[in-house]
Amino acid sequence: MQTLKIVVTGPFSSGKTELIQSISEIDVVSTERAISREAERIKEATTVAMDFGRITIDDELILYLFGTPGQRRFNFMWEILSEGMLGFVVMVDSSRPETFLEARRILNTFRNYSPVPYIVAANKQDMEDAWPADDLRIVLKMAPDVKVVPCIATDRESVKAVLLELLYSILAIMDRDEVE
Amino acid sequence: MALKGRLKDFGITQLLNLVNLARKTGTLYLESPEGKAFLCFRQGKLIYSALRGEEKNLLALLQEAGKLTKKQVQIIESNMAGKADRDIAMMLVQAGHIKQRDVASSMHQYVSGQMYHIFSWQEGTFRFEPGSLPIQGKMTVSIALENIIMEGSRRLKEWERLQDEVPDLDVALKFAERPTTPLRDINLTVEEWRVISFVNPRNTIRRIAQSNNMSEFQIRKIAYRLLQAGLVEFVHAPRQAVVHVKGDTLGRRDKAQGR
Repeated sequence: MQTLKIVVTGPFSSGKTELIQSISEIDVVSTERAISREAERIKEATTVAMDFGRITIDDELILYLFGTPGQRRFNFMWEILSEGMLGFVVMVDSSRPETFLEARRILNTFRNYSPVPYIVAANKQDMEDAWPADDLRIVLKMAPDVKVVPCIATDRESVKAVLLELLYSILAIMDRDEVE
Repeated sequence: MALKGRLKDFGITQLLNLVNLARKTGTLYLESPEGKAFLCFRQGKLIYSALRGEEKNLLALLQEAGKLTKKQVQIIESNMAGKADRDIAMMLVQAGHIKQRDVASSMHQYVSGQMYHIFSWQEGTFRFEPGSLPIQGKMTVSIALENIIMEGSRRLKEWERLQDEVPDLDVALKFAERPTTPLRDINLTVEEWRVISFVNPRNTIRRIAQSNNMSEFQIRKIAYRLLQAGLVEFVHAPRQAVVHVKGDTLGRRDKAQGR
């Protein structure tokens, strides 16, 4: 039995917890707390340490999903959570361009932690103001080989598609390493 | 699907980059404290721009460029009233009154000039409507955005520097009593001469700009050059006597009333 650790990161309110909740086969271990700062009250609660979920792909493979806190003041958790990760998902709220720069910063931070495959999930594609994934690729200055996929974190099938894309990238690298 | 946002979060340069790299076709609407504008793009190229309240038709542009006289414009306007710019341009070119390249260069200058003006907008909102091009009958151009982005960024930096050097347009200029540069070594441009002719302690820089139909950028640039050459100096307004009247200051009230 093989386990893969995947980290789900992204700016505040980008949909990390929702993504894990949509797909996890266990009740998500969550550390959500009520939001105290008035300026951040665009939702009721936020993750302060981590979210944890699990998905069994088949008899051989289990994914462990770790969601990071989105707020910068909890970023001391990021490096801890990135220990041993084999890939990461960067969630972007496609309807809030004010968070795109922060998403890029977070992406670069995680890329520096470990040179593992990653994927950008252009979340909230069901919202009227959502920017298309192709535009986010340009805005986030993503290389052509990095996958930027449309996503609706509340939709299980959409989340499955995101994680499968990342999984393919991870498995491709594992195969390549085995051959070498 | 329209792309919306605030210029504070996603600036003009980033928007132009996106339109350029995604080769977008559509119209970008901008609303800022400085004004309203719309910019049209086809396949990632700028084809038209208009600042609300400052739109000029083709004849006005050709007259400004010296390609048509005021009288010619009046005659064409009376003969072709209601005709679209594109039709007028075709008629003028076919009749041999102007060359096609003159039309193209006037439009190019106008559209890019408006774009550079918009470049300094940092507050406000934007909305990009893909596919929509409200330019029926208008003359269009095709300007590569790479050049606009580079030149716009350069001008923006220059603009910031000029704002530091000439921060207030409501002060006047006077001729320096002892110019630092020998006058015979100075070569002035036509625009500089136009400004020089208005230099007077009673004329503020803003008034000189208005009299010469110059933008803030142009007048700041010229004022800066003249100041650097030591030809002119700022005239600082005498300090206003400030009299306190029941918690208010008379000086402040006078200023607000434009006295």
